[in-house]
Amino acid sequence: MTPTRKKRLTLVGLIVLGVSAATVVAITALQDNMLFFVTPSDVQAQTLPPDRQIRLGGLVADGTVSRDPDSLAVTFGVTDGAHDVMVSFNGILPDLFREGQGVIAHGHMDESGVFRAHEVLARHDETYMPPEVMRALEKAGHPIEASMPQ
Amino acid sequence: MIAEFGQVTLILALVLAVLLATLPLYGAYRGNETLMRLTTSLVIGHFVFLAAAYVALSAAFLNHDFTLSYVALNSNLLLPWYYRLTAVWGGHEGSLLLWMLMLGGWMLAVAAFSRTLPREFVARVLAVMGIVSIGFLLFTLLTSNPFDRVLPGPTDGQDLNPLLQDPGMIVHPPLLYMGYVGFAVAFGFAIAGLLGGKVEREWVRWARPWTLSAWAFLTAGIALGSWWAYYELGWGGWWFWDPVENASFIPWLIGTALLHSQAVTEKRGSFPAWTVLLSIAAFSMSLLGTFLVRSGVLTSVHAFANDPERGLFILIFMAIITGAALLLYALRAPRIMTGPGFDWMSRETMLLINNVFFTVSAAMVLLGTLYPLIVDFMGWGQISVGPPYFGAMFILLMTPIVILLPLGPFTRWKQDEVMRVMRPLVASAAVAIVLGLVISAALGAWSLRAITGWVGGIWVMAGAVAWALRQARSTRSGLALHQWGMTLAHFGVGVFLIGVAMVESMTFERDMRIEPGQTVEAAGYQFTLHEVAQVKGPNWRAEEARFTVHRNDREVARMTPQKRLYHRGGQVMTQVALRPGITRDLYIAMGEELDPASGAWSIRIHVKPFVRWIWGGAALMTLGGLVSASDRRYWRRRRAEARQAEKTAEVPA
Repeated sequence: MTPTRKKRLTLVGLIVLGVSAATVVAITALQDNMLFFVTPSDVQAQTLPPDRQIRLGGLVADGTVSRDPDSLAVTFGVTDGAHDVMVSFNGILPDLFREGQGVIAHGHMDESGVFRAHEVLARHDETYMPPEVMRALEKAGHPIEASMPQ
Repeated sequence: MIAEFGQVTLILALVLAVLLATLPLYGAYRGNETLMRLTTSLVIGHFVFLAAAYVALSAAFLNHDFTLSYVALNSNLLLPWYYRLTAVWGGHEGSLLLWMLMLGGWMLAVAAFSRTLPREFVARVLAVMGIVSIGFLLFTLLTSNPFDRVLPGPTDGQDLNPLLQDPGMIVHPPLLYMGYVGFAVAFGFAIAGLLGGKVEREWVRWARPWTLSAWAFLTAGIALGSWWAYYELGWGGWWFWDPVENASFIPWLIGTALLHSQAVTEKRGSFPAWTVLLSIAAFSMSLLGTFLVRSGVLTSVHAFANDPERGLFILIFMAIITGAALLLYALRAPRIMTGPGFDWMSRETMLLINNVFFTVSAAMVLLGTLYPLIVDFMGWGQISVGPPYFGAMFILLMTPIVILLPLGPFTRWKQDEVMRVMRPLVASAAVAIVLGLVISAALGAWSLRAITGWVGGIWVMAGAVAWALRQARSTRSGLALHQWGMTLAHFGVGVFLIGVAMVESMTFERDMRIEPGQTVEAAGYQFTLHEVAQVKGPNWRAEEARFTVHRNDREVARMTPQKRLYHRGGQVMTQVALRPGITRDLYIAMGEELDPASGAWSIRIHVKPFVRWIWGGAALMTLGGLVSASDRRYWRRRRAEARQAEKTAEVPA
């Protein structure tokens, strides 16, 4: 092997090594930061480990939003038509948060079966419904027509 | 009437695009001068018809022509005229029209500025871009026609999404599209190069200013999007690793790698095949970005209503364009010359490292963005990938880039010695460490992130300055424009780094309950709420909180965040109050009324240190890209060279 070839081979080897290392790290990081999407029915069906971070999606159940007048604490029910889960959140809810609307909450289930959210996302657009929520509702047997304008 | 006119011009533009994609290509193939001469007229016609369609749609918006369903959905009688004009690209159909207008504009620019280039080469470039245009015109006419009529039309329209009723929105999409579409030029050059079997070094040099400007526009577009999200979405973040953001960031990363590999190919003739591949990848990723944003396959915080059928169309189009390009690449790659060899320690190696890290970063963002899709498709459940994944990967991948960046420009081509490269940078390194520690201490930012940010940022900035100074001393004429461009852009990287490190480590951020008359303390500032009043705008009314902000008993700002209710769509919008500053931003967003009796509101207060540096750094990078692109060395083509090119220009068999 000529020196040039040897050098090139080492270079290619190093790049391959680096890229594989990056891939391994990437996959590991990916596994650690995966957030599973669950519906209230999923919550009902299986007991999730209490510290597992998940995304809970569904509609804000009518008449369940209750605020504490002295702090930012708020609780509301999330429903997929079949089951409900209570969510507690401490902070400012998004502008488009409303009863009967699609919502996604990030957080975990606590021991008492309440979902502790650290982030609540609502839709961003009048006609937009998070696809997961839409499918969750269909799965639970309560599909809703996406409210089209006009 | 005007809508039908727009419809007709769109169809005419399609006809011209078809002619453009075929005749000059055939002409270049047969060496037919007459057919190649048609290119310029076709490009002008194509642009004029697209512009006419665009003007027609704008006119429909200005005249409140609600019989067009696109107008009815995105505008109403109360919308001020300037938002009616920007509402043209407020939705899917119109933004596609803007996309195509940009493409037409870039093609016009290529035709105008490439008169010194070989005729058949320009004909091929513009024909390839014509093919891209056909795809998008068909897409528009078949699946998303902005001129669709609904008769009888409603008396009033819906509303432009209030999020988009904002000055930032006027410039963000056009700039972003300028960047996206600009990569079509680099793509066209690469394909034309492959078709013509030309010497890579030549066309790569011609492609450089186009790539640089596209990259600069993309940088500006992404930065503006980040800035817009910061003050408009009311969360106070500057980057969310949202799929839609990633969709624009992946082409940026590939584009950055492309810029640097083009430099090697142009100067030394090395990595020609890699440069071609990156040119194809940059544009493919732009198409993928368009697909991700427009198809709605991804859950995104700023996904808007969309349609899977449209996504499928773009996906197929992308597959055809990329597949054909890669096939051509595979056929022609063996004919691409390999460049001269180089040593371990050389500018080539430095730029190679740059390329490896940037492409790996792009692959990593792509993986994180598409992974949920793959998992869902395989039926393994519905997941999303959290921002910590991207954050961790970026720290890992960008650290070597930051450490090596100042060394790159100091390294000689072909061969160099480590000690020779390090020597002029010893001072920069010392300055970076000392100054970085002193500043962190002075600001009380004693965290690992902040300190690394300052040391790394100053190292990059000092390295850029040291290089510029040495260059200025060694040549009598001073720095050339492209060298100024590089220095500015690299300096901008340092500024950006400091901004990110400070914001990520030192931000004060709290949601709180506050009553009128109450004062809250935040990061050394006292925020006092005086009252919450009712105010009115042209198409909204709002509750406005009136704050004064004090520091050390001196008033620094009066701030009035609002909670707006838009009449027409009934949408609620948070209007953030911002007090920008070089070293910190004050930020107040209103939540909701908690207790009508006491007038208590939930309020989000942020004090964000050095957040402006993030966009300042991006602005410097943009400026650097544009300055570089304007260097005449890319445009000048000496007569002797022209004659030489004429001689070597071969007609492919």
